[in-house]
Amino acid sequence: MTGAAGSQFVNIGERTNVTGSARFRDLIKGDDFDTALEVARHQVENGAQVIDINMDEGMLDSEAAMVRFLNLIAAEPDISRVPVMIDSSKWVVIEAGLKCVQGKAIVNSISLKEGEEQFLDQARKIRRYGAATVVMAFDEDGQADTADRKFEICKRSYDLLTADGFPAEDIIFDPNIFAVATGIEEHNGYAIAFIEATKRIRAELPHVHVSGGVSNLSFSFRGNNAVREAMHSAFLLHAIRAGMDMGIVNAGQIMVYDDIPEDLLERIEDVLFNRREDATDRLLEIADDYRDAGTAAQEKNLEWRDGNVTERIEYALIHGITDFIIEDTEIARQEAERPLHVIEGPLMDGMNVVGDLFGEGKMFLPQVVKSARVMKQAVAHLTPFMEEEREASGQAAKANGKILMATVKGDVHDIGKNIVGVVLQCNNYDVVDLGVMVPAEKILRAALEEKVDIIGVSGLITPSLDEMVNLAREMKRQDVQLPLLIGGATTSRLHTAVKIAPGYDNPVIHVNDASKAVGVMSNLLSETARDDFVAGIRDEYEAARVKHAGSGRKSKRQTIAGARENKVPIDWADFKASVPSFLGTRTFNAYDLSELREFIDWTPFFRTWELAGKYPDILQDKVVGESARELFEDAQEMLDRMVKEKWLVPRAVVGFWPANAVGDDIAIYGDAEEGEERAMVRTLRQQMKRNNTRPNFALSDFVCPADAGHTDYLGGFVVTAGSEIDAISDRFAKENDDYNSILSKALADRLAEAFAERMHQRVREEFWGYAPDEGLTNAELISEDYRGIRPAPGYPASPDHTEKRTLFDLLNAESETGVTLTESFAMWPPSSVSGFYFGNPDARYFGVGKIERDQVEDYAQRKGVDLAFAERWLSPNLNYEPAEYNARDAAE
Amino acid sequence: MTQERPEITLALAERILVLDGAMGTEIQALKLETVDYHGKHFEGLAQDLTGNNDILNLTAPDAIRDIHTSYLEAGADIIATNTFNATTISQADYGMEDYVDAINLEGARVAREACDAMMARDPDHVCWVAGAIGPTNRTTSISPDVNDPGYRAITFDTLKDAYKQAACSLLSGGVDLFLIETIFDTLNAKCAIFALEELFDETGERRPVMISGTITDRSGRTLTGQTPEAFWNSLRHASPLTIGLNCSLGANEMRPYLADLSRMADTFVCAYPNAGLPNEFGEYDEEAETTAGFVREWAEEGFVNIVGGCCGTTPAHIAALHNAVEGLPPREVPTREPAMRLSGLEPFTVTV
Repeated sequence: MTGAAGSQFVNIGERTNVTGSARFRDLIKGDDFDTALEVARHQVENGAQVIDINMDEGMLDSEAAMVRFLNLIAAEPDISRVPVMIDSSKWVVIEAGLKCVQGKAIVNSISLKEGEEQFLDQARKIRRYGAATVVMAFDEDGQADTADRKFEICKRSYDLLTADGFPAEDIIFDPNIFAVATGIEEHNGYAIAFIEATKRIRAELPHVHVSGGVSNLSFSFRGNNAVREAMHSAFLLHAIRAGMDMGIVNAGQIMVYDDIPEDLLERIEDVLFNRREDATDRLLEIADDYRDAGTAAQEKNLEWRDGNVTERIEYALIHGITDFIIEDTEIARQEAERPLHVIEGPLMDGMNVVGDLFGEGKMFLPQVVKSARVMKQAVAHLTPFMEEEREASGQAAKANGKILMATVKGDVHDIGKNIVGVVLQCNNYDVVDLGVMVPAEKILRAALEEKVDIIGVSGLITPSLDEMVNLAREMKRQDVQLPLLIGGATTSRLHTAVKIAPGYDNPVIHVNDASKAVGVMSNLLSETARDDFVAGIRDEYEAARVKHAGSGRKSKRQTIAGARENKVPIDWADFKASVPSFLGTRTFNAYDLSELREFIDWTPFFRTWELAGKYPDILQDKVVGESARELFEDAQEMLDRMVKEKWLVPRAVVGFWPANAVGDDIAIYGDAEEGEERAMVRTLRQQMKRNNTRPNFALSDFVCPADAGHTDYLGGFVVTAGSEIDAISDRFAKENDDYNSILSKALADRLAEAFAERMHQRVREEFWGYAPDEGLTNAELISEDYRGIRPAPGYPASPDHTEKRTLFDLLNAESETGVTLTESFAMWPPSSVSGFYFGNPDARYFGVGKIERDQVEDYAQRKGVDLAFAERWLSPNLNYEPAEYNARDAAE
Repeated sequence: MTQERPEITLALAERILVLDGAMGTEIQALKLETVDYHGKHFEGLAQDLTGNNDILNLTAPDAIRDIHTSYLEAGADIIATNTFNATTISQADYGMEDYVDAINLEGARVAREACDAMMARDPDHVCWVAGAIGPTNRTTSISPDVNDPGYRAITFDTLKDAYKQAACSLLSGGVDLFLIETIFDTLNAKCAIFALEELFDETGERRPVMISGTITDRSGRTLTGQTPEAFWNSLRHASPLTIGLNCSLGANEMRPYLADLSRMADTFVCAYPNAGLPNEFGEYDEEAETTAGFVREWAEEGFVNIVGGCCGTTPAHIAALHNAVEGLPPREVPTREPAMRLSGLEPFTVTV
């Protein structure tokens, strides 16, 4: 948008206006309301913040058409998300429209044309229906064309309305944009008159808005889009500066102000500001030189539309273009003998090309997911036809195979799983996706009911590993005969080989990225290749188990007592703690998204899409650069909408409490009264043998010990990008748009991390305040060049996920932020981050690593839990097999 | 005879007021038989009136008055009339459209009597009667026919007229306030507001209006898809005494949406949750003290000006609520910068 700095400009979509769009008029006249709805949907998708609906056409029953269209829109959440502008010159149509909308709409328009009485009567009704209104600069004497008359009519309208109780902020003046450069001398001042009037309205009539229909301005240059676009953007720049804050603008009909060629711009501005008598002639002189500039580019882009339908479908699939796919699919369907042949023919052929390019590393994951979106929309179009046919003939389409996918019980992360699902669908596998937090029973029941060929499960947090082990055991117990695929950030080939595969007699295979999934599936389902493939995996995992068993014995740890001797040496004698600016908790609701986006660390975002490289270098990367740039642009565009339309409501709670280390634990004292112990934060200590001067770290080492006699502090936080993300990504998925579904989730994850980073900065600078003048750049923040750490329970420095319970209780996090913990202590919604704040200058991140049974026994006792419980939650960190100990205990 | 009462806004500036609890579940507890529902009025009527709670205003007014009294004794400052379904639309289910005027008139009268009796006994216990206007069983924004999403089973004007008829009798019966409640479709509420405005214009009498929506599930939206802020933007033109939430959720689940609304609304906020979520038998079994604990937290956070109970709450709950909020300061009504606050399903603000 060409908006001047600091001003908000609301773009009103005009393509659902029969007077403004010939296509829409034909659709309504042809009673094709389904397609008419698509026009509205497309408009909202493309960023219209309000949609103008106008049914004023001589041949139409405008009132009936308005009611029907508004009622239909009400059933489409992705359209009715935004407010509507009920646009008609007939009051009966407006009033009928107002009776159909639950939201607060805008009426377009009323005026003093028929006198004060009718004007006020209509305004009162508008208010009673709960709407805002556009008021035209029109009175008993006609439409205003000079700046003075425009202002006078608006002033008179304003005084009448506000005296009658109409809220000034709900008035939008339209001081009439008329065509300039028509060759008629009186018209030369029209543009400047609008701009001048706008200035006076905004200065003298408090709280009102100014709007206008921009395309009128360039009416005399019909057919010369380049000149029209340039005129619109030049006019908007000046009108917005004058205070125009809303407008009916076709986003496709403006160019970037800075892109307007210099001589053209000068002549246009001469016309707009009526700066010289020959302004119109001078613009006409050069207008023809630009005639083709605006449209030529578009035509070139559409060259691919000249190919035959098979070529067009292939092109659309490879380039991820959805604009024409339904149209092309329908043509292909009509040409084909059976609808299934369209899938098996042009669509699968196109996807095979995509699959090959992906396999060769010439296409990347984001592009493939976009291709899948095209495919899904095409298939969705064909499905009803195929069902019809199936009913008639009993024949069904045959997929390559069917897989059930789920994120295991207790875990909520599903971006990776969704990506694998999309890639498999692209390769003609049926995917049954059970979603997140799925218990083993449900997975197995669904596998039977759906008659799947393979089960695939995913998990991101460490407790999910146990759940996968459990699932494998259940599959054996229930005598299931299906292969099990394991994926997700926390899983590994080694863990799969050592812990999961031995529990189950059928193949268990670790699939670490989306690009491998197709190969594994096709091998498993191939009659000829399967046996060799499975045997190969078996041998490979057996070798991994043997190697692991051998290595496990080597790294004997030291005793926990010995490790404690070697704690972090901090001299606490003269310690003086930085005192936080508040004790207890503070909640942040609806945190500003535009502030958070500045703190995004983009590198992990690209990793989610399996694009390797560091941001910003990745954008210039020779191999993935183009794909990364495209993805980054889409991400920026979605972020713009997220911010502008407030898709997410980020919430956070942070807290600080007096605290002291007591052994390997940290005692938290009550907010007010020191000495009263409120909670104990349990920490774990490294037990590796040291042959250098490095200490055996525990987080408690960074807090002043109780016996040193000084008060210290510990902080904690939970932030979330907002639970709204679930509904948003679902909505995309339901529209067969996995690309935006995954993109929105990936961005929410990034915003949550950004929120944690931003909060930590504010903690250091303001809330705890030990580094008031830090002033770090985002890059420095990402490389963690600052004092203090924010380790999260469940991650290397503090591997016990159950400690999140303590953190959440201290912060009262569930009710303050709406973030809840699953039975595996995963946070819901997934786009959430939590942790403790340590402010000591010596505090640093470390990994606890493998620990011995003596520490686990001591830890369980301190925490007041069974040894078995502690061992279960710490299982990835145990340097011993609990089962072997148990056997030995029994023998003794 | 109605005693003089101070303006409710003065009381709201001083303290958190308490609204009554559930009517429906209290009536259920009486285990009334068909003969009780029919009473003398409708003895021998072929149409079975069992379950038509609103008809009890005519056939068993003493029972209804007793329930009102038990809530007042529990400490309620405001009681809502037993007229949730007293429109021609909802009474059509029982063929009782012709009795809508009487049901509302008597509903207002028994509540009035209970209030006046309480104030006669204890002049310090100032209390108000709110005329309850339910959502009806029709929706103006959703088609009941999945194959024809453009169809509507009721129009704005029909529903508005039904509301106006009910409200007119409530006004004659002496209500101090109106309570448009359990709104799942904001357009229905807009019909009710339009009806009240017409009624106020025509009679020259005005009453403060309380508006209460219902968030149907954890999506945090009304049944028709609006977020709390969009909902408020749609109804702010009514300049209501209160905006708020009731039903569907327990206090614990209601909290985040109430917090949102409380932040947005530049008027008083009222909330009356269910007694928790229904158990597997569809019964509400949250203990009074539990509900009160959550509500006290709201009060401490400054979310509310009026609290009460919806489905499953009893006089015991109201007594616990009353104790929980007693002495806590009411929410301060925030002032907001003027801006054009539009809405579809979601809010959209154009700042000035």
